Amino acid sequence: MTGNPQLYSISTLLVVFLAGLLAACDQRMAEQPKYEALEASALFENKQAARHPPAGSIARDEPLVSSDPADGPPLELNRADIERGERRFRIYCMPCHGVLGNGEGPVVQRGFPSPPSYHIARLREANLDYFFQVITSGHGVMHSYADRVEPADRWRIALYIRALQRSQQIDVERLPQFREPVEQAATSDNDTLMPTRIGEQGQ
Amino acid sequence: MAQLFPQWSNTVVRIAFVALLALPVAVPAALMIAVRTPYQTGEGVYREQPVPFSHEHHAGNLNIDCRYCHHTVEQSTFSGMPATQVCMTCHSQLWTDADMLAPVRRSLAFQEPLRWRRINKLADYVYFDHSIHVNKGVGCETCHGRIDTMPLTYPTEGFQMQFCLECHRNPERYLRPRSEITTMGWEPPVPQHQLGTRLLETFQIHKEQLTDCSICHR
Ligand code: HEC
Ligand code: HEC
Ligand code: HEC
Ligand code: HEC
Ligand code: HEC
Ligand code: HEC
Repeated sequence: MTGNPQLYSISTLLVVFLAGLLAACDQRMAEQPKYEALEASALFENKQAARHPPAGSIARDEPLVSSDPADGPPLELNRADIERGERRFRIYCMPCHGVLGNGEGPVVQRGFPSPPSYHIARLREANLDYFFQVITSGHGVMHSYADRVEPADRWRIALYIRALQRSQQIDVERLPQFREPVEQAATSDNDTLMPTRIGEQGQ
Repeated sequence: MAQLFPQWSNTVVRIAFVALLALPVAVPAALMIAVRTPYQTGEGVYREQPVPFSHEHHAGNLNIDCRYCHHTVEQSTFSGMPATQVCMTCHSQLWTDADMLAPVRRSLAFQEPLRWRRINKLADYVYFDHSIHVNKGVGCETCHGRIDTMPLTYPTEGFQMQFCLECHRNPERYLRPRSEITTMGWEPPVPQHQLGTRLLETFQIHKEQLTDCSICHR
């Protein structure tokens, strides 16, 4: 090697230091040219990257639950289904129909038209598929929930509404002691990992 | 002749040399600290939205579950933003002539989606999935804070790598039962370390692999 060794090592240091500064450059790794969910796009007619699946297509792992209430609930519904129905009910129906289904949810208290109570004779006598039908297509001022509640869950909610109706007809004296101790309830976690088929759920 | 340089100039030169040597370390360090400040990561900063939507009203006072609006959070990487139709399930009847909601009605009339501005944004080289977290007992609150107290939405986390790793090393410190995922202000009914270890087993979480680079950078 020729030249001044001191100069050589200093310039090496300098190169290493300057190379380090490159790390501060924008390498476009953080903003990659790819679409994210719901991003705007000039490619498609609706100007969105999000596409609707072609009508009638079914995802490979989609449970085969008919969206026609006349076909009835698939397989049989069990206790886990009622429990999931309850949780779905609390998300999508409780705001208006209230926890008890008496039509006095928080949104109704702020002025939304009051829905009928589930405990009136007409709705007590209605079939399960009537509730399925109302969730699918809406009813009067109530909009359809078909975009957010999948068919299997519509049956589960219908079943839970039935349970709610029965619960209001029960003689309280005859109720069994059903409350689990808090600690047990906190860990016996029987919510399902995305249940695929009614009646076939883990845990 | 008096001395050209006074005695103390030696010290000045020495200090200057030390400072010069420290510079290559100090400058990058300062930059690295700077990008991690809340100012840079955007923590706690509101953004102007087309409609001044209030989580405090909807999720707090009205107690509407997060999933009423963010309905794909359990199935998908993306949590889902409410379509105009979703606002209209209530606002077709409520506050129907409020000026605040004019953009929502316009969006419905012209079939033009509302353009919400993103608040939480990871760099594109990071892979993130809502569904796995939500299904394995990580609550919204753990990452997004008390959304139900925000009149306007702001991020409570900058989502630096260390934030993710802090939990991926010891997820049991943060886990909750699946039924409490969207609950705000949740307190564990039994000491968290007991509950967490049990939930780790219930959910079959293998934390040994959770810090592999390829989990998040794929
Ligand atoms: C935004 C408020 C709102 C939500 C949320 C809501 N409903 Fe309704 N629902 C109503 C109103 C209002 C009516 C009365 C509609 C009418 O008669 O015009 C109604 C009526 C009904 C009826 C009775 C129909 C009849 O024959 O009178 C059923 C059953 C029903 N809803 C079920 C549900 C279920 C199940 C859900 C959840 C998936 C739900 N609703 C969510 C507001 C709501
Ligand atoms: C009534 C519908 C509704 C409900 C209920 C709701 N949100 Fe939102 N959320 C929105 C809308 C609209 C936006 C976009 C506007 C904004 O950022 O404020 C949003 C934005 C957000 C964002 C920021 C998104 C971004 O840009 O990064 C987070 C995080 C969020 N919501 C979490 C929650 C959580 C957690 C809950 C439950 C406690 C919840 N939301 C309940 C409608 C809702
Ligand atoms: C489940 C019913 C429901 C849904 C869905 C809903 N809202 Fe509301 N919203 C209400 C109610 C009830 C009020 C009145 C709150 C009050 O009086 O305290 C309200 C009030 C408002 C207000 C004005 C009051 C304020 O200060 O917050 C705005 C703006 C608003 N909503 C925007 C939206 C947008 C945007 C969406 C869709 C992302 C939406 N809302 C979805 C029920 C709903
Ligand atoms: C483990 C942390 C974590 C948990 C738990 C979590 N989020 Fe998020 N959330 C994020 C991150 C990180 C982003 C930014 C994602 C991106 O940029 O791709 C985000 C983004 C969002 C957005 C904006 C849209 C999107 O999906 O990018 C919404 C809305 C949201 N979260 C709502 C929720 C709700 C509701 C829950 C609870 C059911 C929840 N989040 C749970 C970390 C989390
Ligand atoms: C409060 C705890 C917590 C936080 C914070 C958190 N995670 Fe996770 N993460 C988990 C748990 C628990 C799992 C599930 C592990 C399993 O299934 O074995 C997980 C799983 C994942 C997976 C999926 C792993 C796989 O095998 O597919 C990815 C990707 C991931 N996290 C990314 C992130 C990113 C990126 C962040 C930061 C924005 C983050 N996480 C923040 C707890 C957390
Ligand atoms: C739990 C998820 C997770 C894991 C595991 C992870 N990272 Fe990251 N990493 C992130 C996130 C989130 C960011 C984004 C920081 C930002 O947006 O500023 C990041 C950013 C980075 C950056 C950019 C520089 C910076 O700090 O902003 C580098 C380099 C990096 N990671 C390397 C690694 C390496 C090497 C590993 C394995 C040892 C690793 N990461 C494992 C989540 C993760």
